[in-house]
Amino acid sequence: MKHLSEYRDGAKALKLAAEIARICKGNWAIMEVCGGQTHSIIRNGIDQIVPQNIEMIHGPGCPVCVTPISVIDKALEIAARRNVLFCSFGDMLRVPGTTSDLYRIKGGGGDVRIVYSPLDAVKLARKHPTREVVFLAIGFETTAPANAMAVKIAQQQDIHNFSVLVSHVLVPPAIEAIMNSPGNRVQAFLAAGHVCSVMGFHQYHRLASQYSIPIVVTGFEPLDLLDGIRRAVVQLEAGQSHVENAFPRVVTEAGNEVAQATIDEVFETTDRAWRGIGVIPQSGWRLKPKYAEFDAERRFAVEDIAPEESNACRAGEVLRGALKPHQCEAFGKQCTPRTPLGATMVSSEGACAAYYNYGRFVHP
Amino acid sequence: MCLAVPGQIESLYADNDTPMGKVNFGGVVKEVCMVYLPEVQIGDYVIVHVGFAIHQIDEESAQATLESFAELGLLDDELEDLRVSGEDS
Ligand code: SF4
Repeated sequence: MKHLSEYRDGAKALKLAAEIARICKGNWAIMEVCGGQTHSIIRNGIDQIVPQNIEMIHGPGCPVCVTPISVIDKALEIAARRNVLFCSFGDMLRVPGTTSDLYRIKGGGGDVRIVYSPLDAVKLARKHPTREVVFLAIGFETTAPANAMAVKIAQQQDIHNFSVLVSHVLVPPAIEAIMNSPGNRVQAFLAAGHVCSVMGFHQYHRLASQYSIPIVVTGFEPLDLLDGIRRAVVQLEAGQSHVENAFPRVVTEAGNEVAQATIDEVFETTDRAWRGIGVIPQSGWRLKPKYAEFDAERRFAVEDIAPEESNACRAGEVLRGALKPHQCEAFGKQCTPRTPLGATMVSSEGACAAYYNYGRFVHP
Repeated sequence: MCLAVPGQIESLYADNDTPMGKVNFGGVVKEVCMVYLPEVQIGDYVIVHVGFAIHQIDEESAQATLESFAELGLLDDELEDLRVSGEDS
Protein backbone atom coordinates (compact mmCIF):
# COMPACT_ATOMS: atom_id res chain seq x y z
CA MET A 1 0.00 0.00 0.00
CA LYS A 2 1.56 3.18 -1.20
CA HIS A 3 -0.01 5.41 1.38
CA LEU A 4 0.92 3.13 4.22
CA SER A 5 4.50 3.15 3.11
CA GLU A 6 4.29 6.91 3.10
CA TYR A 7 3.23 7.25 6.72
CA ARG A 8 4.85 4.16 8.24
CA ASP A 9 7.95 3.46 6.21
CA GLY A 10 10.82 2.54 8.55
CA ALA A 11 13.53 3.96 6.29
CA LYS A 12 11.68 7.25 6.08
CA ALA A 13 11.27 7.25 9.84
CA LEU A 14 15.01 6.87 10.31
CA LYS A 15 15.64 9.61 7.76
CA LEU A 16 13.29 11.91 9.63
CA ALA A 17 14.98 10.97 12.90
CA ALA A 18 18.37 11.75 11.33
CA GLU A 19 17.04 15.10 10.14
CA ILE A 20 15.82 15.85 13.67
CA ALA A 21 19.26 14.91 15.02
CA ARG A 22 20.90 17.22 12.46
CA ILE A 23 18.88 20.28 13.40
CA CYS A 24 18.63 19.62 17.13
CA LYS A 25 21.32 21.49 19.06
CA GLY A 26 19.75 22.25 22.45
CA ASN A 27 18.05 20.09 25.06
CA TRP A 28 14.30 20.12 24.55
CA ALA A 29 11.31 18.70 26.42
CA ILE A 30 8.28 18.15 24.20
CA MET A 31 4.90 17.02 25.50
CA GLU A 32 2.39 15.02 23.48
CA VAL A 33 -0.99 15.84 24.97
CA CYS A 34 -2.94 12.84 23.73
CA GLY A 35 -2.91 9.31 25.20
CA GLY A 36 -3.30 7.80 21.72
CA GLN A 37 -0.08 9.53 20.72
CA THR A 38 1.67 8.36 23.91
CA HIS A 39 0.71 4.80 22.99
CA SER A 40 2.03 5.17 19.45
CA ILE A 41 5.27 6.82 20.64
CA ILE A 42 6.07 4.04 23.11
CA ARG A 43 4.89 1.22 20.82
CA ASN A 44 7.04 2.46 17.96
CA GLY A 45 9.98 3.50 20.12
CA ILE A 46 9.82 7.04 18.76
CA ASP A 47 11.18 8.44 22.00
CA GLN A 48 14.20 6.17 21.48
CA ILE A 49 15.01 7.01 17.86
CA VAL A 50 14.95 10.76 18.36
CA PRO A 51 18.23 12.26 19.64
CA GLN A 52 18.90 11.90 23.35
CA ASN A 53 18.65 15.62 23.93
CA ILE A 54 14.93 15.48 23.14
CA GLU A 55 12.79 14.26 26.01
CA MET A 56 9.23 13.21 25.23
CA ILE A 57 6.97 14.03 28.16
CA HIS A 58 3.58 12.33 28.27
CA GLY A 59 0.61 14.58 28.82
CA PRO A 60 -2.78 14.23 30.47
CA GLY A 61 -4.73 13.42 27.30
CA CYS A 62 -6.42 10.18 28.29
CA PRO A 63 -10.07 10.77 29.22
CA VAL A 64 -10.31 7.60 31.28
CA CYS A 65 -7.20 8.56 33.26
CA VAL A 66 -8.22 12.10 34.12
CA THR A 67 -11.80 11.40 35.16
CA PRO A 68 -11.80 12.32 38.85
CA ILE A 69 -12.53 9.73 41.48
CA SER A 70 -15.52 11.82 42.65
CA VAL A 71 -17.21 11.17 39.30
CA ILE A 72 -16.47 7.44 39.54
CA ASP A 73 -17.93 7.39 43.05
CA LYS A 74 -21.05 9.17 41.80
CA ALA A 75 -21.32 6.69 38.95
CA LEU A 76 -21.02 3.77 41.39
CA GLU A 77 -23.68 5.24 43.65
CA ILE A 78 -26.11 5.72 40.75
CA ALA A 79 -25.34 2.40 39.05
CA ALA A 80 -26.06 0.48 42.25
CA ARG A 81 -29.61 1.83 42.49
CA ARG A 82 -32.56 -0.32 41.64
CA ASN A 83 -34.25 0.49 38.36
CA VAL A 84 -31.13 2.17 36.96
CA LEU A 85 -29.63 0.94 33.71
CA PHE A 86 -26.14 2.41 33.74
CA CYS A 87 -24.29 2.83 30.43
CA SER A 88 -20.60 3.51 29.92
CA PHE A 89 -17.75 3.06 27.49
CA GLY A 90 -16.05 -0.25 28.27
CA ASP A 91 -12.74 1.09 29.54
CA MET A 92 -14.41 2.98 32.40
CA LEU A 93 -15.61 -0.22 34.08
CA ARG A 94 -12.33 -1.10 35.77
CA VAL A 95 -11.41 2.41 36.90
CA PRO A 96 -11.25 2.27 40.69
CA GLY A 97 -13.44 4.55 42.78
CA THR A 98 -12.93 4.95 46.53
CA THR A 99 -14.14 1.44 47.42
CA SER A 100 -15.28 -0.28 44.23
CA ASP A 101 -15.55 -0.12 40.44
CA LEU A 102 -18.34 -0.52 37.89
CA TYR A 103 -17.43 -4.17 37.18
CA ARG A 104 -18.01 -5.04 40.81
CA ILE A 105 -21.32 -3.16 40.82
CA LYS A 106 -22.28 -5.20 37.77
CA GLY A 107 -21.12 -8.43 39.44
CA GLY A 108 -23.21 -7.51 42.48
CA GLY A 109 -26.35 -7.32 40.37
CA GLY A 110 -26.25 -3.74 39.07
CA ASP A 111 -27.39 -3.32 35.48
CA VAL A 112 -24.21 -1.86 33.97
CA ARG A 113 -23.90 -1.98 30.21
CA ILE A 114 -21.11 -1.20 27.81
CA VAL A 115 -22.15 1.00 24.91
CA TYR A 116 -20.23 2.05 21.84
CA SER A 117 -22.02 5.36 21.42
CA PRO A 118 -24.10 7.62 23.67
CA LEU A 119 -26.88 7.12 21.10
CA ASP A 120 -26.99 3.45 22.13
CA ALA A 121 -27.86 4.67 25.62
CA VAL A 122 -30.65 6.88 24.22
CA LYS A 123 -31.97 3.84 22.34
CA LEU A 124 -31.96 1.79 25.54
CA ALA A 125 -33.96 4.55 27.23
CA ARG A 126 -36.50 4.40 24.42
CA LYS A 127 -36.69 0.64 24.70
CA HIS A 128 -37.04 0.56 28.52
CA PRO A 129 -39.37 3.48 29.30
CA THR A 130 -40.00 2.40 32.89
CA ARG A 131 -36.31 2.39 33.81
CA GLU A 132 -33.83 5.20 34.40
CA VAL A 133 -31.05 5.05 31.81
CA VAL A 134 -27.89 6.93 32.80
CA PHE A 135 -24.87 7.52 30.56
CA LEU A 136 -21.40 8.33 31.90
CA ALA A 137 -20.43 11.21 29.59
CA ILE A 138 -16.66 11.59 29.87
CA GLY A 139 -14.02 12.66 27.40
CA PHE A 140 -12.25 15.51 25.71
CA GLU A 141 -13.51 17.70 22.89
CA THR A 142 -13.64 14.70 20.53
CA THR A 143 -16.39 12.97 22.52
CA ALA A 144 -18.36 16.09 23.41
CA PRO A 145 -20.25 16.45 20.09
CA ALA A 146 -21.63 12.91 20.50
CA ASN A 147 -22.66 13.44 24.12
CA ALA A 148 -24.20 16.83 23.35
CA MET A 149 -26.21 15.34 20.51
CA ALA A 150 -27.44 12.45 22.67
CA VAL A 151 -28.94 14.98 25.08
CA LYS A 152 -30.47 17.01 22.24
CA ILE A 153 -32.01 13.93 20.68
CA ALA A 154 -33.44 12.79 24.01
CA GLN A 155 -35.06 16.19 24.39
CA GLN A 156 -36.37 16.28 20.83
CA GLN A 157 -37.84 12.81 21.17
CA ASP A 158 -39.39 13.46 24.60
CA ILE A 159 -37.29 10.78 26.29
CA HIS A 160 -37.41 11.70 29.96
CA ASN A 161 -35.92 8.55 31.52
CA PHE A 162 -32.46 9.42 30.14
CA SER A 163 -29.76 11.41 31.90
CA VAL A 164 -26.01 11.95 31.66
CA LEU A 165 -23.33 12.12 34.32
CA VAL A 166 -21.09 14.72 32.67
CA SER A 167 -17.35 14.93 33.25
CA HIS A 168 -16.01 16.64 30.14
CA VAL A 169 -12.52 18.10 30.08
CA LEU A 170 -10.84 20.53 27.69
CA VAL A 171 -7.32 20.56 26.28
CA PRO A 172 -6.42 24.29 26.15
CA PRO A 173 -6.96 24.96 29.89
CA ALA A 174 -4.90 21.82 30.63
CA ILE A 175 -2.05 23.17 28.51
CA GLU A 176 -2.32 26.41 30.43
CA ALA A 177 -2.31 24.62 33.80
CA ILE A 178 0.79 22.66 32.80
CA MET A 179 2.59 25.82 31.68
CA ASN A 180 1.66 27.56 34.94
CA SER A 181 2.60 24.66 37.21
CA PRO A 182 5.72 25.11 39.33
CA GLY A 183 8.70 23.22 37.92
CA ASN A 184 7.14 22.87 34.49
CA ARG A 185 9.69 21.61 31.97
CA VAL A 186 7.55 21.48 28.82
CA GLN A 187 8.93 23.63 26.00
CA ALA A 188 6.69 22.58 23.11
CA PHE A 189 3.41 20.74 22.61
CA LEU A 190 2.22 18.23 20.07
CA ALA A 191 -1.52 18.99 19.98
CA ALA A 192 -3.92 16.07 19.65
CA GLY A 193 -5.05 15.59 16.05
CA HIS A 194 -8.55 14.29 16.72
CA VAL A 195 -9.41 16.94 19.29
CA CYS A 196 -8.38 19.50 16.68
CA SER A 197 -10.46 17.78 13.99
CA VAL A 198 -13.51 18.85 16.03
CA MET A 199 -12.30 22.13 17.55
CA GLY A 200 -9.85 23.34 14.91
CA PHE A 201 -6.70 25.02 16.18
CA HIS A 202 -7.63 28.71 16.19
CA GLN A 203 -7.81 28.64 19.98
CA TYR A 204 -4.11 27.70 20.27
CA HIS A 205 -2.66 30.91 18.81
CA ARG A 206 -3.16 32.82 22.06
CA LEU A 207 -1.48 30.04 24.10
CA ALA A 208 1.50 29.83 21.76
CA SER A 209 2.21 33.53 22.01
CA GLN A 210 1.33 34.01 25.69
CA TYR A 211 3.61 31.17 26.85
CA SER A 212 6.11 31.40 23.98
CA ILE A 213 5.68 27.72 23.12
CA PRO A 214 5.51 26.06 19.73
CA ILE A 215 2.28 24.05 19.34
CA VAL A 216 2.22 21.54 16.48
CA VAL A 217 -1.05 19.78 15.59
CA THR A 218 0.04 16.17 15.11
CA GLY A 219 -1.41 12.85 13.95
CA PHE A 220 -0.88 9.31 15.23
CA GLU A 221 1.23 7.44 12.66
CA PRO A 222 4.95 7.14 13.42
CA LEU A 223 5.85 9.52 10.60
CA ASP A 224 3.16 11.98 11.68
CA LEU A 225 4.66 12.03 15.15
CA LEU A 226 8.23 12.37 13.90
CA ASP A 227 7.19 15.19 11.62
CA GLY A 228 5.45 16.89 14.54
CA ILE A 229 8.61 16.57 16.63
CA ARG A 230 10.74 17.84 13.76
CA ARG A 231 8.62 20.94 13.30
CA ALA A 232 8.64 21.61 17.05
CA VAL A 233 12.45 21.34 17.10
CA VAL A 234 12.81 23.68 14.11
CA GLN A 235 10.79 26.28 16.01
CA LEU A 236 12.61 25.68 19.31
CA GLU A 237 16.01 26.06 17.65
CA ALA A 238 14.91 29.27 15.94
CA GLY A 239 13.36 30.67 19.11
CA GLN A 240 9.92 30.72 17.47
CA SER A 241 6.57 29.92 19.03
CA HIS A 242 3.64 29.60 16.70
CA VAL A 243 0.94 27.10 15.84
CA GLU A 244 1.59 24.70 12.97
CA ASN A 245 -0.67 22.08 11.43
CA ALA A 246 1.21 18.84 10.71
CA PHE A 247 -2.03 16.85 10.27
CA PRO A 248 -3.77 18.71 7.42
CA ARG A 249 -5.38 15.56 6.01
CA VAL A 250 -7.70 15.53 9.04
CA VAL A 251 -7.48 18.96 10.68
CA THR A 252 -8.47 22.43 9.50
CA GLU A 253 -8.05 25.72 11.35
CA ALA A 254 -11.81 26.07 11.87
CA GLY A 255 -12.54 22.43 12.77
CA ASN A 256 -16.04 20.95 12.52
CA GLU A 257 -18.23 24.00 13.00
CA VAL A 258 -21.51 22.07 13.05
CA ALA A 259 -20.19 20.03 15.97
CA GLN A 260 -18.91 23.14 17.77
CA ALA A 261 -22.34 24.78 17.45
CA THR A 262 -24.05 21.78 19.06
CA ILE A 263 -21.52 21.70 21.90
CA ASP A 264 -22.18 25.43 22.45
CA GLU A 265 -25.88 24.87 22.53
CA VAL A 266 -25.82 22.07 25.10
CA PHE A 267 -22.74 22.72 27.24
CA GLU A 268 -21.17 25.65 29.07
CA THR A 269 -17.68 25.84 30.55
CA THR A 270 -17.12 25.12 34.22
CA ASP A 271 -14.28 24.44 36.66
CA ARG A 272 -13.43 20.75 36.54
CA ALA A 273 -11.42 18.44 38.79
CA TRP A 274 -8.84 16.28 36.97
CA ARG A 275 -7.80 13.03 38.58
CA GLY A 276 -4.49 13.44 40.34
CA ILE A 277 -4.16 17.05 39.23
CA GLY A 278 -6.93 18.85 41.05
CA VAL A 279 -9.30 21.54 39.89
CA ILE A 280 -8.37 23.47 36.76
CA PRO A 281 -10.48 26.61 36.32
CA GLN A 282 -12.85 26.61 33.34
CA SER A 283 -11.38 23.33 32.12
CA GLY A 284 -14.56 21.40 31.52
CA TRP A 285 -18.08 21.43 30.22
CA ARG A 286 -21.36 20.88 32.03
CA LEU A 287 -24.95 20.94 30.81
CA LYS A 288 -26.51 24.36 30.32
CA PRO A 289 -29.46 25.15 32.64
CA LYS A 290 -31.97 24.55 29.86
CA TYR A 291 -30.85 20.90 29.75
CA ALA A 292 -30.80 20.49 33.55
CA GLU A 293 -33.51 17.85 33.31
CA PHE A 294 -30.92 15.50 31.79
CA ASP A 295 -28.32 16.03 34.52
CA ALA A 296 -27.86 12.73 36.39
CA GLU A 297 -26.13 14.45 39.32
CA ARG A 298 -29.29 16.41 40.03
CA ARG A 299 -31.70 13.64 39.23
CA PHE A 300 -29.99 11.27 41.67
CA ALA A 301 -28.84 13.95 44.13
CA VAL A 302 -25.18 12.86 44.19
CA GLU A 303 -23.65 16.36 43.87
CA ASP A 304 -22.03 16.21 47.30
CA ILE A 305 -20.17 12.91 47.16
CA ALA A 306 -16.55 13.51 48.19
CA PRO A 307 -13.97 10.77 47.64
CA GLU A 308 -10.74 9.68 49.24
CA GLU A 309 -7.85 9.38 46.81
CA SER A 310 -5.25 6.64 47.38
CA ASN A 311 -1.84 8.19 48.04
CA ALA A 312 0.20 5.21 46.85
CA CYS A 313 -0.57 6.13 43.24
CA ARG A 314 1.42 8.93 41.64
CA ALA A 315 -0.76 9.26 38.55
CA GLY A 316 -1.14 12.99 39.19
CA GLU A 317 2.57 13.52 38.67
CA VAL A 318 2.55 11.20 35.66
CA LEU A 319 -0.33 13.15 34.13
CA ARG A 320 1.45 16.47 34.66
CA GLY A 321 4.60 15.12 33.07
CA ALA A 322 6.58 15.47 36.32
CA LEU A 323 7.21 11.72 36.67
CA LYS A 324 7.70 8.87 34.21
CA PRO A 325 5.53 5.81 34.96
CA HIS A 326 8.47 3.49 35.75
CA GLN A 327 9.72 5.99 38.33
CA CYS A 328 6.62 5.24 40.43
CA GLU A 329 7.45 2.87 43.31
CA ALA A 330 4.38 0.72 42.64
CA PHE A 331 4.94 0.40 38.88
CA GLY A 332 5.04 -3.25 37.81
CA LYS A 333 4.94 -4.38 41.43
CA GLN A 334 1.68 -3.71 43.27
CA CYS A 335 0.41 -1.91 40.17
CA THR A 336 -0.04 -3.79 36.88
CA PRO A 337 -2.80 -3.75 34.26
CA ARG A 338 -4.38 -6.71 36.11
CA THR A 339 -4.12 -5.03 39.50
CA PRO A 340 -4.23 -1.33 38.67
CA LEU A 341 -3.84 1.20 41.47
CA GLY A 342 -4.53 4.17 39.24
CA ALA A 343 -6.43 5.07 36.12
CA THR A 344 -3.24 5.59 34.10
CA MET A 345 -2.66 1.83 34.45
CA VAL A 346 -6.31 0.90 33.79
CA SER A 347 -6.77 2.55 30.45
CA SER A 348 -4.96 0.96 27.51
CA GLU A 349 -4.06 4.50 26.41
CA GLY A 350 -2.75 5.50 29.83
CA ALA A 351 0.96 6.25 30.12
CA CYS A 352 1.52 3.64 32.88
CA ALA A 353 -0.17 0.90 30.82
CA ALA A 354 1.84 1.86 27.71
CA TYR A 355 5.11 1.63 29.67
CA TYR A 356 4.05 -1.69 31.20
CA ASN A 357 2.81 -3.30 27.99
CA TYR A 358 5.90 -2.37 26.01
CA GLY A 359 8.35 -3.38 28.71
CA ARG A 360 9.69 0.05 29.69
CA PHE A 361 10.82 -0.96 33.15
CA VAL A 362 14.04 1.00 33.22
CA HIS A 363 14.81 4.49 32.03
CA PRO A 364 15.75 4.44 28.34
CA MET B 1 -12.55 5.01 23.61
CA CYS B 2 -10.28 7.89 22.76
CA LEU B 3 -9.31 6.65 19.32
CA ALA B 4 -11.20 7.75 16.26
CA VAL B 5 -11.59 4.90 13.79
CA PRO B 6 -11.97 5.36 10.02
CA GLY B 7 -14.59 3.46 8.03
CA GLN B 8 -16.51 3.53 4.75
CA ILE B 9 -20.15 4.60 4.45
CA GLU B 10 -22.33 1.78 3.07
CA SER B 11 -25.75 3.40 3.37
CA LEU B 12 -27.40 6.60 4.57
CA TYR B 13 -30.85 6.96 6.15
CA ALA B 14 -32.77 8.87 8.81
CA ASP B 15 -33.78 7.56 12.21
CA ASN B 16 -36.46 9.80 13.75
CA ASP B 17 -35.09 12.68 11.64
CA THR B 18 -31.49 12.05 12.76
CA PRO B 19 -29.19 11.43 9.78
CA MET B 20 -27.55 8.02 10.22
CA GLY B 21 -25.48 5.64 8.15
CA LYS B 22 -24.05 2.14 8.15
CA VAL B 23 -20.26 2.31 8.25
CA ASN B 24 -17.91 -0.56 7.53
CA PHE B 25 -14.79 -0.74 9.72
CA GLY B 26 -12.67 -3.35 8.01
CA GLY B 27 -15.52 -5.90 8.04
CA VAL B 28 -17.47 -4.86 11.13
CA VAL B 29 -20.51 -2.79 10.15
CA LYS B 30 -21.94 -0.34 12.65
CA GLU B 31 -24.61 2.33 12.79
CA VAL B 32 -23.08 5.81 12.84
CA CYS B 33 -24.61 9.24 13.31
CA MET B 34 -23.91 11.59 10.37
CA VAL B 35 -25.35 14.76 11.84
CA TYR B 36 -21.94 16.48 11.96
CA LEU B 37 -21.06 15.74 8.34
CA PRO B 38 -24.16 16.76 6.40
CA GLU B 39 -22.41 16.57 3.02
CA VAL B 40 -21.19 12.95 3.02
CA GLN B 41 -22.17 10.41 0.36
CA ILE B 42 -22.25 6.63 0.21
CA GLY B 43 -18.73 5.33 -0.44
CA ASP B 44 -17.01 8.18 1.43
CA TYR B 45 -14.55 7.45 4.22
CA VAL B 46 -15.12 9.08 7.59
CA ILE B 47 -13.40 9.12 10.94
CA VAL B 48 -15.82 7.85 13.56
CA HIS B 49 -15.59 8.59 17.24
CA VAL B 50 -18.04 7.04 19.74
CA GLY B 51 -20.63 6.45 17.04
CA PHE B 52 -20.39 9.85 15.34
CA ALA B 53 -18.67 10.68 12.06
CA ILE B 54 -16.53 13.74 12.84
CA HIS B 55 -14.36 14.13 9.76
CA GLN B 56 -14.21 12.99 6.17
CA ILE B 57 -10.90 11.60 4.88
CA ASP B 58 -9.60 10.11 1.65
CA GLU B 59 -9.52 6.37 1.12
CA GLU B 60 -5.75 6.00 1.31
CA SER B 61 -5.54 7.80 4.67
CA ALA B 62 -8.37 5.63 5.96
CA GLN B 63 -6.68 2.38 4.91
CA ALA B 64 -3.34 3.46 6.30
CA THR B 65 -4.86 4.37 9.65
CA LEU B 66 -6.90 1.17 9.87
CA GLU B 67 -3.89 -1.00 9.11
CA SER B 68 -1.77 0.87 11.58
CA PHE B 69 -4.44 0.54 14.30
CA ALA B 70 -4.80 -3.15 13.52
CA GLU B 71 -1.06 -3.69 13.73
CA LEU B 72 -0.85 -1.88 17.04
CA GLY B 73 -3.68 -4.02 18.37
CA LEU B 74 -5.68 -0.86 19.02
CA LEU B 75 -8.54 -1.85 16.77
CA ASP B 76 -9.32 -4.83 18.99
CA ASP B 77 -9.79 -2.56 21.98
CA GLU B 78 -11.99 -0.14 20.06
CA LEU B 79 -14.05 -2.79 18.30
CA GLU B 80 -14.48 -4.74 21.53
CA ASP B 81 -16.95 -2.13 22.84
CA LEU B 82 -18.61 -2.20 19.49
CA ARG B 83 -19.13 -5.96 19.69
CA VAL B 84 -20.16 -6.03 23.33
CA SER B 85 -22.53 -3.12 22.84
CA GLY B 86 -24.26 -4.99 20.03
CA GLU B 87 -25.71 -7.48 22.49
CA ASP B 88 -28.69 -5.62 23.84
CA SER B 89 -29.08 -2.16 22.48
S1 SF4 C 1 2.29 2.84 38.07
FE1 SF4 C 1 0.25 2.53 39.01
S2 SF4 C 1 0.44 3.40 41.06
FE2 SF4 C 1 2.16 4.22 39.86
S3 SF4 C 1 1.38 6.16 38.97
FE3 SF4 C 1 0.97 4.57 37.44
S4 SF4 C 1 -1.14 3.92 37.91
FE4 SF4 C 1 -0.42 5.02 39.75
